[in-house]
Amino acid sequence: MSTSNIAPAGSNPVMDTDAFIKGLWRENPVFVQVLGMCPVLAVSNTAINALAMGVAATFVLVMSSTLVSLFRNFIPKQVRIASFILIIATFVTIVDFLIQAISLDVHKALGAFIALIVVNCIILGRAEAFASKNSLGKSILDALGMGVGFTFALLCLGIVREVLGAGTLFDIPVLGDGFQAWSIMLLPGGGFFTLGAWLLVFSIMRERKKNKAVAK
Amino acid sequence: MNQESLGFIFINACFINNFVLAYFLGICPFLGVSGSIATASRMGAAVTFVMLISSICAFGIHTLLVAIDAPYLELISYIVVIASTVQTVEMFIKKVSPTLFRQLGIFLPLITTNCAILGLALFQTNRGYNFVQCLVYALGAGAGFTIAIVIMAGLREELDLSDVPGVVRGTALALMLAGLLSLTFTGFAGLGG
Amino acid sequence: MSAPDMKFTIEPPNSWHMIRALGGVGVLCSLLIVFTFQATLPTITRNKAEALERAIFNVIPGAATRASFQVTDSGALVSFEGEPKDEVLIYAGYDSDGRLVGVAMETQGKGFQDTIRLIYGYSPEKQQVIGMEVLESKETPGLGDKIIKDEDFLANFAALDATLTSDGSALEHPIEAVKAGQKEQPWQIDGITGATISSKAVGDILRSSTETMLPILHNQVNLLKRNES
Repeated sequence: MSTSNIAPAGSNPVMDTDAFIKGLWRENPVFVQVLGMCPVLAVSNTAINALAMGVAATFVLVMSSTLVSLFRNFIPKQVRIASFILIIATFVTIVDFLIQAISLDVHKALGAFIALIVVNCIILGRAEAFASKNSLGKSILDALGMGVGFTFALLCLGIVREVLGAGTLFDIPVLGDGFQAWSIMLLPGGGFFTLGAWLLVFSIMRERKKNKAVAK
Repeated sequence: MNQESLGFIFINACFINNFVLAYFLGICPFLGVSGSIATASRMGAAVTFVMLISSICAFGIHTLLVAIDAPYLELISYIVVIASTVQTVEMFIKKVSPTLFRQLGIFLPLITTNCAILGLALFQTNRGYNFVQCLVYALGAGAGFTIAIVIMAGLREELDLSDVPGVVRGTALALMLAGLLSLTFTGFAGLGG
Repeated sequence: MSAPDMKFTIEPPNSWHMIRALGGVGVLCSLLIVFTFQATLPTITRNKAEALERAIFNVIPGAATRASFQVTDSGALVSFEGEPKDEVLIYAGYDSDGRLVGVAMETQGKGFQDTIRLIYGYSPEKQQVIGMEVLESKETPGLGDKIIKDEDFLANFAALDATLTSDGSALEHPIEAVKAGQKEQPWQIDGITGATISSKAVGDILRSSTETMLPILHNQVNLLKRNES
C-alpha cells in the first residue's frame, strides 16, 4: 500500500528501510505471499498465543538470517538448503527452551507448533531468497520486517478470533456480559473462516486501488 | 506407554483429529495442490508414503536419543532425517519407475517442508506410541490427509464451473471451503468413544 | 540437499568445501543447542516443579508441604527424589503440623475430542476424592472445556466418595458421572449440561485411576506418613 520513499538501492546499505518496511505490508508473508499458514491458523485462537508465536517466529527468523548471511560465502550452493535447515532447526530448538523458561503456560498453549516453526516456509524462503545473497545489515532488517509482518497477520487473526469467540482480549473481557460468544471462532473451522475473510478484505482493497489507478 | 487401541488411533488420526482440518498441518499443499482430483489423490498417496517412512525413522531416532539421553537433539534430527528420506525416496522412484516419478513431479520435494510430516513425528513422540501404534498413526494421518485433499479438490473442481465473483476466487474461497469442511469434520468428535 | 541438474558450470563442486561447510554448521549448531539447554535447564526445572506443586496443593486443600513417591511395577511405594523419567509418581501432601492430608495422583484418559490429563487428590482418612484439576484438555471450546473452570462441576470433587471394600481390593461404589442435576449418591458426579460426554470422560478417568491406585495405597498408607513431630 505504501510505496515508502526509498533511497535508491545500494546507496545506503545499512539503513535501507525498505528492506524492513516491505515485510510489513507490500510483501506481507501471510496476506500477500500466502506463506506460513499452518501456525497462523493453529495458534491464533487467542491474542496472547498469536503474539507469542509471532515473537518466537521472528526470533528464529532474525537469528537464522543472521547466521545464513554471515556464512553465505562459506556455504557452497549444493549444500545450502541442508545448512539452512540445520541452522533454522537449531534456533527453533533454542526458542523452545527459552519459552519453557519464560512461561510454561504459553509453552503448553503453543505446543508442537513451536517445533513446527522449523518448517515454516517463510523462514526457509527468506534464507534462500534474501539472506544468502545480501549483507548482514540488510538481511537482519529484512528478517525483522517479515517477522513483524507475520506477527501483525497473526494478531489480526488472534484478536478477531478471541474477541468473537470468547469475548475477551488478552484475557480481559471486552464485550460485556450480554455477549454470547461465537464458539465457532475458537474451532479450527473458525480459523479458516477468519483468514479467508481477511484475505478477502485485502483482495477487495487491492481491487479498488487497481480500479482507481486505471480510472485515472 | 500409550493405551489407545489401534482402531482408535486410526480413526482419530483420519477423522476426529484430521491433520489438515483439525491440526492445520499441511495447509500449503492442501491449498496448492487441490486443483484437481487426480493430482490431489496422487499427492495424498505420496504424503502417506512419506509419512509411513518418516514415522519409522522418527521412532528409531527417538529410541536412540532416549538411550543416549539427548532428547534436545530431537527436532534437529527429525528434520534432517525427513529431508534426507524424501531426497532418497525421490531418487529411488526416479530410478525404479520414471513414469511414477514424472507423475509425482514437483510434489515430492514440496513434502519436505510439509508440516504434516514433521508434525506426525512430533505427535507420535509426545504420545509415546510403540512401533505398531506409530505405523497405524501414520497410515491414519495419511489417509485423513488424502481424504481431506480429495474432497477439497472435488469441491474446487465444481466451483471452477460456477459463477463466483472474481474478488473471492482463489485462496480466500479455498479457505472458506476449508472452514466448512473443517466444521463438518468436527462432527466426528466422540466417534469411537 | 538436492542434486541439481547441472547446466555447464565453470567449477565443479569442491567436496572438501561441502563437507567443511556442513560439518562446520553442524558443530556450531550442536554447540548452540547444548549451551542453551544447559543454561535454561535450572529455570525450566524450577518452573515445572512450581507448576506441579501448585496443582498438588490445589487438589489437596490444606496441604503445606509434599513428598514424592514412586509406584514400582510390583505395586510397592518407594520414596522418590529428583527428576522423574518414566516412573509413575504419587505425591503425599502434609499440613503444617506434618500430618498426612491427602495423596495427589496424575492420570489421563480419552476425552471427547482428545486425551484429558488431570490430577486429583485423595484422602485416605475420609476415603474420598478431595480435589480435581484438569491439567491438559482439548475439549470443544465453549462446551466441553467447561470441565476446566465450571465451579459447580468442580464442586463435585470436594468430597467425592471413594470408599474401598473391607478387604481394600476394589471400590465399593465405582465413581460415575450422571446427567446434570441427577446426582443422588456421594460417589456420583453431576455432569455439565451441554458437556455430557466430557463430564462422563472425567468420571471414567477418575474411576479407572481410583480402581487401580486406591487398592495399592490401602495397605501402604503408613509409608506415606511422616514421623509426626
